[in-house]
Amino acid sequence: MQSITENDLECIQIQKHFGSVRAVDNVSFEIPKGSFFSILGPSGCGKTTLMRMIAGFEQPSSGDIRIKGNSVIGTPPNRRNVKMVFQHLALFPMMNVYENIAYGLRCAGASKDVIRTKVHDVLERISLPDVANREITQLSGGQKQRIAIARCMVLDPDVLLLDEPLGALDLKLREAMKIELKLLQHQFDTTFVYITHDQSEALVMSDNVAIMNEGKFVQIGTPQELYHNPTAAFVAGFVGDTNRWAGRVIRAENGTVEVETEAGLTMRGSVRGSGAPGVGDTVSAFVRPEFITAEKTTGQPKVADQTHNVISGKIDSILFNGANSRALVRDRAGELIEADVVLTGGTQDLKPKDDVTLSWSCEQTMSFKG
Amino acid sequence: MMQNDIKRLSLFLLFAPFALWIILLIVLPHLGMFYISLQEKVGPRVYEFGLANYINFFNEPIYWNTLIRTGSMSMLVTVLALLLGFPIAYYIAKIAGNRTRGALFLMCLIPLWVSDLIRAFGWILLLRETGIISSSLQWAGLINTPIEFLYNDAAVIMGLVYTVILFMIVPLVSTLDGMDNSMIEAGYNLGGNGPTVLRRIIIPYAMPGIVSGCIVVFMLTAGSYLTPILLGGKNSSWFTEQIYDQFITRYNWESGAAFGFLLLAFTSLVIWGGLKLSGQTLNSTVARS
Repeated sequence: MQSITENDLECIQIQKHFGSVRAVDNVSFEIPKGSFFSILGPSGCGKTTLMRMIAGFEQPSSGDIRIKGNSVIGTPPNRRNVKMVFQHLALFPMMNVYENIAYGLRCAGASKDVIRTKVHDVLERISLPDVANREITQLSGGQKQRIAIARCMVLDPDVLLLDEPLGALDLKLREAMKIELKLLQHQFDTTFVYITHDQSEALVMSDNVAIMNEGKFVQIGTPQELYHNPTAAFVAGFVGDTNRWAGRVIRAENGTVEVETEAGLTMRGSVRGSGAPGVGDTVSAFVRPEFITAEKTTGQPKVADQTHNVISGKIDSILFNGANSRALVRDRAGELIEADVVLTGGTQDLKPKDDVTLSWSCEQTMSFKG
Repeated sequence: MMQNDIKRLSLFLLFAPFALWIILLIVLPHLGMFYISLQEKVGPRVYEFGLANYINFFNEPIYWNTLIRTGSMSMLVTVLALLLGFPIAYYIAKIAGNRTRGALFLMCLIPLWVSDLIRAFGWILLLRETGIISSSLQWAGLINTPIEFLYNDAAVIMGLVYTVILFMIVPLVSTLDGMDNSMIEAGYNLGGNGPTVLRRIIIPYAMPGIVSGCIVVFMLTAGSYLTPILLGGKNSSWFTEQIYDQFITRYNWESGAAFGFLLLAFTSLVIWGGLKLSGQTLNSTVARS
């Protein structure tokens, strides 16, 4: 029976307990056909357990997993049309590239001719048409990566799971593979579920990202939503770089709060997430470095108003990183604040020990209760 | 300059014990034996140089029959040790938890603390006519008269498998241990069932360990003396017994030395054939583990 849903993968209230530890706690989500979905979380948050349950290597304690609408609880891993790219790829070293890709087709009982056409087809698609007779050890890191994906894609899976496959690559290659993975996903038009602790991988490639922490999904959304509209303090702190203050509300009015931080700064912020903090409640305030403008302090200092926070400080150090350069500014209270700066190499550039005025909009001061 | 000399000297000193061991205990005695094996006895204390001892071996069916028998029984022992050892090694390397793994490995090693001789006598205690198995079967009423379980090929093979299985398990555990679990999971994930994963992934991966275990076990078995003699008695017809006879009973060192070299040549030939068949090399197997 063809299912009525258009979802390739649905997880319904999945739980997994190891003894008294809840590795995965009541996780529900659905992934529409042909999309790139990432599960992003710190190590030990349960994302690998979740993936292993989808692949069938672990059984959930309760809940249901549906692939193309059909429950796969109780289906052994080799009968699920879910293929997996392992963290260390797990290519078979005793077989050459051709045999590695043909393995799955052989298991499915395909004829020799079919295997040959399909293997050459898939090698063509990952643009490595000439490596069929190479040994695995003769491949470069990026080639191995693509072979591992080809080995799965040749079986035409409903869902492809990827378990941090870029972790072992060096930085340059990792950047290149991010783009390549996204292109491959488009090309194969298959649902990819990508697990990672690296936020830039998740943000760059995904249509949707789920943020996972301590076994729970904290927020699911597009990368932009997660970055600009986090619904929980954990998401605001985990996705992207951010300055974080803990403080207490000293004034609250519809959607904005005035916060006094522990070090004694006051700033106005917009209330995000659930629960409206009242006067006296503790809040966490987050401001991303790119929203903070740093200017050399001149004769007439700016002053804070209804829409902007302004504080002054002294540059502690400059972290030069091309277009992503950043200034570490020590404020009056002695805290370090990160602000993105543009360094052109000219004499007007900010330098350590310069007195600067930092300003940012209250709207960008994301304040969460608790 | 000075530094270089010191380096060279320390290298030489480190290498010296090994070189002495190889030269004094392996190369020299073998050269001597080889020389003796080429001596023909033409009269009391009169020797000539020639191949008579070797020719004699091929002319006397009992000699080469014994060698063939020793070889084929050793192969059987090797196969049995592999069949029994593989599941044990797989359990130790892949299924047992970290803590039980050490305990299991230790349990495999414990028999080595007891000498070969004592272990063989232990088997005798179990298997002889008045032994534990025979008497308990009688006590249970399954048999009427005592049965002699000793002095047959089955007893010899069982005893040998028991003695050598550890040397099969150790290399197997070390290769299987090096196998990433995700490789097995990938095997299932891509659609393979249990037998396929075993045949296409686990066994090919473990091949170096399998071959190296088989080589060691075959060598040990074909060259073993105590176990076949004690458990097989007069009927064991093991080739080492033949060699012992030549040296000690007949005091015919020339022929004994020739037999020794024939055994060496034969086992080397079998191992060479095995390596060719399995497509492995000594470098990739024994030298690795």
